[in-house]
Amino acid sequence: MTSAARTKASPGVSVAMTGSGGSGVMTAGNMLLEAAALAGCYGLMSRTSGPQIRGGEAAALIRLAGEPIEGHDDRFDLVISIDWLNLERFAAEIPLDSKSIAIGDPGQGEPPAAMLGPVTRRLALPMKALAKKIPGGRANMIALGYVGSLIGLPEDALAEAVRRTLGAEGDRLTASLAGIEAGRLAAAGVDCPHRLAPRRSDGAKRWLITGNEAAGYGALKGGVRFVAAYPITPATEMLEWMSPALSGLGGVLVQAEDELASINMVIGASYGGTPALTATSGPGFALMTESLGLAVAAEVPIVVVDVMRSGPSTGIPTKSEQADLNIALYGVHGDAPHVVVAPNSVADCLTTTHWAVHLAESMQVPVVVLSDQSMGQTRMLIDAPRDKDFIGERAVAAANGQDYKRYALTPSGVSPMAIPGTPSLMYTADGLEHSERGTPSSQARDHLAQLDKRERKLRSADFGLHWAEIEGEGEIAVLTWGSCTGPVREAIARARTDGVAVKLVSLRLLSPSYPDRLAAALEGVKRVLVVEQTHSGQFYRYLRAEHALNAELRAMHRPGPLPMRPGDIHRELVEWSRP
Amino acid sequence: MNAPVATLPAAKDFKSDTKPVWCPGCGDYGVLTSLARALADLGFRREEVAIVSGIGCSSRMPAYTNCYGFHGVHGRALAVATGLKVSRPDLTVIAAGGDGDGYSIGGNHFLHACRRNVDLTYIVMDNHVYGMTKGQSSPTTEPDWDNALTPGGTGLRPFQPLVIALASGANFVARAFSGDIIGTADIIAKAVKSRGFSFVEILSPCVTFRPEQRDWKELARPSPVAPTDDPARAARRIMTDDGFNIGVLYAGDRKPYQPEIGRARRSLQDLAEEFAR
Ligand SMILES: Cc1ncc(C[n+]2csc(CCOP(=O)(O)OP(=O)(O)O)c2C)c(N)n1
Ligand code: SF4
Ligand SMILES: [Mg+2]
Repeated sequence: MTSAARTKASPGVSVAMTGSGGSGVMTAGNMLLEAAALAGCYGLMSRTSGPQIRGGEAAALIRLAGEPIEGHDDRFDLVISIDWLNLERFAAEIPLDSKSIAIGDPGQGEPPAAMLGPVTRRLALPMKALAKKIPGGRANMIALGYVGSLIGLPEDALAEAVRRTLGAEGDRLTASLAGIEAGRLAAAGVDCPHRLAPRRSDGAKRWLITGNEAAGYGALKGGVRFVAAYPITPATEMLEWMSPALSGLGGVLVQAEDELASINMVIGASYGGTPALTATSGPGFALMTESLGLAVAAEVPIVVVDVMRSGPSTGIPTKSEQADLNIALYGVHGDAPHVVVAPNSVADCLTTTHWAVHLAESMQVPVVVLSDQSMGQTRMLIDAPRDKDFIGERAVAAANGQDYKRYALTPSGVSPMAIPGTPSLMYTADGLEHSERGTPSSQARDHLAQLDKRERKLRSADFGLHWAEIEGEGEIAVLTWGSCTGPVREAIARARTDGVAVKLVSLRLLSPSYPDRLAAALEGVKRVLVVEQTHSGQFYRYLRAEHALNAELRAMHRPGPLPMRPGDIHRELVEWSRP
Repeated sequence: MNAPVATLPAAKDFKSDTKPVWCPGCGDYGVLTSLARALADLGFRREEVAIVSGIGCSSRMPAYTNCYGFHGVHGRALAVATGLKVSRPDLTVIAAGGDGDGYSIGGNHFLHACRRNVDLTYIVMDNHVYGMTKGQSSPTTEPDWDNALTPGGTGLRPFQPLVIALASGANFVARAFSGDIIGTADIIAKAVKSRGFSFVEILSPCVTFRPEQRDWKELARPSPVAPTDDPARAARRIMTDDGFNIGVLYAGDRKPYQPEIGRARRSLQDLAEEFAR
């Protein structure tokens, strides 16, 4: 934390609200985000908590700004603790510096010295005592009113956010409104340099959504009407959102007995003609890989969303990492061409999952979507998504055709699929190598012909414009993917204020590789910084294996659980740009 | 192929012209014939039926029929069949496979398919051996059966598929013998007609690795008692018989699992409302 210029270039205000489980920091955090939405701002909130299933310490990490933001800043401006319970456990996740302000309840004892070390300004707010004066009052609402007022959120936006959350009337609403008012009064006259410049709504619609919900919505938009899955953090919320949504749309979600069942149920449904998806995380994805190969061989379109968490094994279930890249790319036995795509923001979870359904259906191939915990579980204010007209059309064989060959060798590799129920086209879908007709075959020529056909489907496909996000120009480029894209984009914006021009290339299409397009995107670029959240540099190695990159390369890779911070990437860029 | 649309297919029309890989004398030929006969007797058109399987000699069944077929990976037939039936309740879905496929690698799916009670028929061709991998012990193999992988036998107690199916909630439980073509066809037809999860265990000799199973034709006999709808009675009978009583052993009336599908009450636009700010 050295450069003052960097702090200037970081938009918005970052607030951490902490307390023991049940102290209501998540409720207060969500209300702060709702209030920011009403004030026409952008913002995001992620949650973090101790290892306990319930109770224990918890923190709502919030960043609000007048402009779109996609990730956390390097540091926090405000930390407000309803009690100090185990706050030091969050020291790495809530970086504080000399400009940060710490707000605590004097009635809750001494703050943890190790955590608040660099903080020079501390404010005392007797949250419990103030709450006690209100019938049914709670400390989290005092905190909400106080913080909202310090950062300059309009009073009516805060009150409306509380009303929207709690409903139009009731004792709890009355107490909460009184609570935020008491907090607001306590903040009167306190000078705070960390203030939002709220934008009055420009009339543009915003959505408040998590990456998991966005992926679920995108899947439904793509036409998915069957989901089978087994619960696993951090994918569960995607499934819990989809379950009632699917039944509303006339589809269904089946809770399977394990991931071996989920993927095979999904294959069964898709074989029957219904676009189908499963979602999981690393451990479940590992169990699915045998059947991913079945979907490749039998040419059954399916979408598998892997909301990545830290691995290997059970790893750190609640924290993000991009280290399932290798298994997604290479984890299937045999030569098994399949598609791997990755959304690169919360908003893009919607578009890319929608796209994934389109790709699966049109190529009759399994598509893996690599989302991750940080996108999946962050709730964010985004611009209302624009309609993308991906058309997820499956080539279906016409009824009563003669001499039907399910796996016919076509120029594109895609052969029309007969849907069960269609007269005269009966065939057996098979994971055994087969002839064009689908009968099992161990003949060399059939194997080669079908391998070529399956490969051709991917190699001859036009992936359109959505294959990557390319922004700006410069002799330096950052090549990245997934949730690293937000912090990279912010680092590039900061570099620009230092006079360093950097191009951003964020890949959504990871497999098949698209070497010509990437080469064109990097035309004229002399240095490429590869940024990813893995320990071993999986993305870097993949790029080296698949692409002839004619630029000087530098790899920046680090594991979870801490997020990639824009400051670190910015520092790397500025250093590297020096002659 | 090319049967006139108006006439319903006969039993032979349910068999494909793909030559089975099975050894001469394998019990699975009889099961194929019985299955074809049952489907014809029930008056199905071939496209209305889907046969789903895993891996094993017995799991080769789908390609030998003229219905829609799915030959997946080892042990997962029931999961594929569940996804297909739940999303396409208009189809008649039959899962078929072996004792290794269904009780060992697919054992978990067997339990949960019984519990879930989707309207499926599950046919297991039990030969007390892994035929396809050339003669290893399966969960139903006798503990002292000597073989190369477990010399002297596994020493393990055999799995009891029928009682387990019953205890797990299967709505229809029957035992058949592949040598009895007409009796097996009749049991399969009853199983298909019964709503919910129907389990048919067919004793189907592996003449190559268990030649002594040729004697099963002397041992198999119709069950001396009528089917019951009382699971406790059925369990007692199954647990105390010698494993060769043939017939429907339990027929219940539990409601199948079938979520309503295909009727939209909301639109994507409605769902988007919850996110709009
Ligand atoms: C994941 C996996 N493990 C092992 C095998 C090898 N394998 C193929 S068939 C089989 C056993 C088949 O036994 P059973 O289901 O009883 O069928 P049968 O051949 O006796 O009819 C095994 C172990 C496989 N195909 N896949
Ligand atoms: S090995 Fe046994 S089960 Fe397999 S085909 Fe031959 S006889 Fe049948
Ligand atoms: Mg067997």
